[in-house]
Amino acid sequence: MKEYAYFPGCSLEKMALSYHQSTMETTKKLGVKLNELEDWNCCGATTYFHVDELLAYTLVARNLAQAEKQGLDVIAPCSACYKNMYFTREHLNKEPDLADHINYALEEDNLKFAGTSKVKHLLELFAHDIGPEEISKKVTQPLTGLNVAAYYGCQILRPRKDHENVEDPHFFEEVLASTGATPVDFALKMRCCGGSLIITSRIAALAMVHNLLQNAVDSNAMLIVTACPLCQVNLECYQQQVNQEFNTNYRIPVLYFTQIVGLAFGIIPKRLGIGTELVSFNPVLSQLKSVK
Amino acid sequence: MTRKPDFGQEVSNLLHAAEGSPLSTCIQCGTCSGTCPVAPHMDHTPRKLIAMINAGMKNEVLASNTFWYCASCFHCTVRCPSDIDIAEAMYALKRYSVWKGQYKEGLIGPTFSETFVKMIVRTGRSYEPVLAPTYIFSYGMVKFIQEAFNATSMMLKGRIPILPARIKRIENFRRMIGRIIPLGGQS
Repeated sequence: MKEYAYFPGCSLEKMALSYHQSTMETTKKLGVKLNELEDWNCCGATTYFHVDELLAYTLVARNLAQAEKQGLDVIAPCSACYKNMYFTREHLNKEPDLADHINYALEEDNLKFAGTSKVKHLLELFAHDIGPEEISKKVTQPLTGLNVAAYYGCQILRPRKDHENVEDPHFFEEVLASTGATPVDFALKMRCCGGSLIITSRIAALAMVHNLLQNAVDSNAMLIVTACPLCQVNLECYQQQVNQEFNTNYRIPVLYFTQIVGLAFGIIPKRLGIGTELVSFNPVLSQLKSVK
Repeated sequence: MTRKPDFGQEVSNLLHAAEGSPLSTCIQCGTCSGTCPVAPHMDHTPRKLIAMINAGMKNEVLASNTFWYCASCFHCTVRCPSDIDIAEAMYALKRYSVWKGQYKEGLIGPTFSETFVKMIVRTGRSYEPVLAPTYIFSYGMVKFIQEAFNATSMMLKGRIPILPARIKRIENFRRMIGRIIPLGGQS
């Protein structure tokens, strides 16, 4: 059995609860145990580094230190959390003086950062640690006929970590294909959705969402699949505002990849948090059933 | 004789945590501007902003919305042929402008960021309703109603928390922060 420390992040507590629920359901089926960090704090999202770098690193280090206490690598399902944790670990490992300074602060909470726990995104867990082959073995309800747009977004891939393919990756499509679904050719799959701008620069963000939705529709996708709560909320919950702003008529569901994998595993939709979308997935789901 | 660093050097100094090349190595190829998904909404494209920084046009740079409109997508960073971490430079400019209290009027970003930080320092967790007042009043009636409608729909689906979350060891957490930034009486 694979075991990891798990940092859900603030969004998964409520706004993206369905992501958390479907993560728990699917990993259980795959024989993966996720142990939530005992007392995690906000990672600072894309906002904290705007104001103070040192404190931003400290906040992330506190979570990393808790994962190290478990002696396990840590999984983050949110791309912003993942990016912050991945690069904080890397940076502190390279700068021992900075790590010392932060460890002096962490003493107040009886924690210590040593840089031992590796950081992985939940999608990387599925794509690399488990792999499409293992996933397909658990599929009981293949999602044949479901055209999906695999949306990577940004911070899973960027900034570059090793020598990975940051211009045309395929691991997300491979995970979705292992459920029997058909990944469509989605040209803007790595184009930013503007999630971090939706509050502060609304019109710019809505224009970015508009582009992505149009490209997904043009690619004949029946739904968009994401691996990040910010992307999901931005693409789904702001669809109505895009429609009003640009005089369009989008109604394309946006689900988490764990919900799709869960459906293919035969887990009942409710346990995957399906039904809490603002753009209902039901029409697609019944279309899917009628194909069979 | 004292010699003050010019603006380009100042901004480069703020990039001590980034791995990329200094801004002065920019070759003005425009890959960043061509890549940037927000460029059409910016006062100056990233390429132009870097040229302005290198030319020492401090006031013009700080008066622009460019770095506050950066979405942190890091597309420019991975494509820059000179290996400049451009997105990180945008962060550095945000910090610089918050520190100086000098930014373009009407932007929501600076207040939003500061409120976000205060919220985390207080509770250790992010909670959306606390952030709403930083932007909602700058919206016109139509946008206000759209946003309220969105929030209501999400609440009905159980996707907005009624009460803010708080970490368990909040006292330790605050003392930890106090060792990084002295918080006066609070630490």
